[in-house]
Amino acid sequence: MSDVVLEARDITRTFMISSGFMRGKRPLHAVNGVNLKLQRGEVLALVGESGCGKTTLAKMLLGLLPPTNGTLELDGQPLGSLSHLEIARIVQPIFQDPYSSLNPRKSIGSIITLPLQVQGDKDPSTWRQRAEEIMELVGLPRRVYNNFPSQLSGGQRQRVAIARALINRPRVVICDEPTSALDVSVQSQILNLLQDLRQELGLTYLMISHNLAVVEHMATRIAVMYLGRIVEEGDAETVFNNPQHPYTEALLGSVLTPDPSLGVPDTHLGAAYPNPLDMPTGCSFHPRCAKMMPQCKQQAPRPIPTESGHVECNLYEDDQGKMRMTS
Amino acid sequence: MTERILEVENLTIDIPVPSGILHAVQDISIHVDRGETLCIVGESGCGKSLTSLAIMDLLPKKAIRQAARLELADESIFGISERRMSDIRGNRMSMIFQEPMTSLNPAYTIGDQLTEALRRHRKVSRGEAKDRAVFLLEKVGITAAASRLGQYPHQLSGGLRQRVMIAMALMCGPDLIIADEPTTALDVTIQAQILHLLAELQREFNMGLILITHDLGVVARIADRIAVMYAGQIVETGSAAQIFTEPLHPYTRGLLDCIPIPGKTQRGAHLGAIPGIVPSLVGQMPGCHFASRCPLVDDHCLAGAVPLFDHRDTNRSIRCLRADNEDTQKISQEGVA
Repeated sequence: MSDVVLEARDITRTFMISSGFMRGKRPLHAVNGVNLKLQRGEVLALVGESGCGKTTLAKMLLGLLPPTNGTLELDGQPLGSLSHLEIARIVQPIFQDPYSSLNPRKSIGSIITLPLQVQGDKDPSTWRQRAEEIMELVGLPRRVYNNFPSQLSGGQRQRVAIARALINRPRVVICDEPTSALDVSVQSQILNLLQDLRQELGLTYLMISHNLAVVEHMATRIAVMYLGRIVEEGDAETVFNNPQHPYTEALLGSVLTPDPSLGVPDTHLGAAYPNPLDMPTGCSFHPRCAKMMPQCKQQAPRPIPTESGHVECNLYEDDQGKMRMTS
Repeated sequence: MTERILEVENLTIDIPVPSGILHAVQDISIHVDRGETLCIVGESGCGKSLTSLAIMDLLPKKAIRQAARLELADESIFGISERRMSDIRGNRMSMIFQEPMTSLNPAYTIGDQLTEALRRHRKVSRGEAKDRAVFLLEKVGITAAASRLGQYPHQLSGGLRQRVMIAMALMCGPDLIIADEPTTALDVTIQAQILHLLAELQREFNMGLILITHDLGVVARIADRIAVMYAGQIVETGSAAQIFTEPLHPYTRGLLDCIPIPGKTQRGAHLGAIPGIVPSLVGQMPGCHFASRCPLVDDHCLAGAVPLFDHRDTNRSIRCLRADNEDTQKISQEGVA
């Protein structure tokens, strides 16, 4: 039996971007050939800088955006053959900003029970009770049932968003920066809650975050995205302890741990993120890479298997690379 | 001999709201020396941004600002005319805001915006101002600086915009820079670069720097001294090493427990949490502001306002009656008696 809940095979999403008046449109490959497997019960973290295609990928996995190419399978069925409602029963999102993801004019109760209504749940008399159950599970007091989002704190609002996502008992939750709009002390409460819920309800998470300290804490697997491709993927522990791709190394190097004996790291990542409309030739990371080799300018790297996943880097193309990897 | 750049004593900000008076900032005293970095850290609503706006005299009109002393390099800047203040603002002290997107004017070129302050404060020609702008853009690591002057903010990436903001703050060679969450809107990789740059420039130009942030990682790496704020008050001050290796106030300790530290926190384990929520600052609050969330709270904490005590370690203070440290305990009991 397959334990893969969600699988993306070579998916691509291209947007046609206008390059100005009277000029033709140019393709922007927001997601460019991504393979991704989400195993039951794992927490897969998707990390990368803004503009790397994380959110586009998440939208495709939620069925909100069809891929231009490639196939997506949910529980072994092609995503295209499922209706929106069927997808929503299995996959649910939690968004970054609980101040804008909740309708300010709806009560907490109606926000949380909306998914039941949308799914055409047969038994409206049980809705209130089910909502209260899920509110208890996420640590919301019952008395806020008739309140409005503006009466709640940021942490409570994020709990409402979590309750809404979980009321239909989905199997996969896609968390897009679930804590970055929250204060530090509230962030830890929400992270603890997400951990508990995963164990209690057997959830699978896809977590999108740029806070690598949070990612390291939560994730079991990590996929590092750069310019629409997953350049390194593997077990969280392996990737954090022994990053293979120079980009992963630079990303991890720029995490600021609260250690006053260390200064601000110099990541040597150089200039800004490249324009995705005008992608560098060869390896798309070569203009910023500290370990750039002459062939990187022409030769795009292939995915090379590693201990627990894969890496896309020309460093590992030859035997020398393999030596480095095993050492 | 260090030279004091900024001295703030007993700064208080009250904001009238429909339900009473919001005591947003209460009795804040801070100081910054030349070449020193002071980090003000705290969660949203603790008053850290209002404090910086109060120093710049940029508070909203209805806010009431009071202070025993507010001096920039031995010259009082409290209660001076708006005309004199605007000679100082952007000239001898300048500010870097969080969102480079919203703090740059989209309708003017960055060249116009960079040279505006210099032309306002100094007698320089257009050409000289432009030269200075190019010099500083290069300093902040922008390539092809001269050609950037004609560009508009939307043509630059977030990291570049923040670099422009920093260059703009440096135009008049200020004594003090206040940076309010300068890297919060940026990617981690860019964040490290910008902080690196700030630290470097501060050393090179020998300025005082106040950095306001909620990110403890940033604070640890860049601060000389730290002031932790909670609910409108400073609850603990000390050097970066003191605060991070031996936090005393229960709030500071709670905050440090809340963040996962790679290599230290066990992966997947429960993180510490501070239960409860920040109290409302409207109206008078007797006793310690942190009492409702504090694990050490007792009757004394609720009896009356808790002052900021000096700690036996030099240059360190704490606003707590219960922090388990004998010396603090002793002083605090004397303080109460």
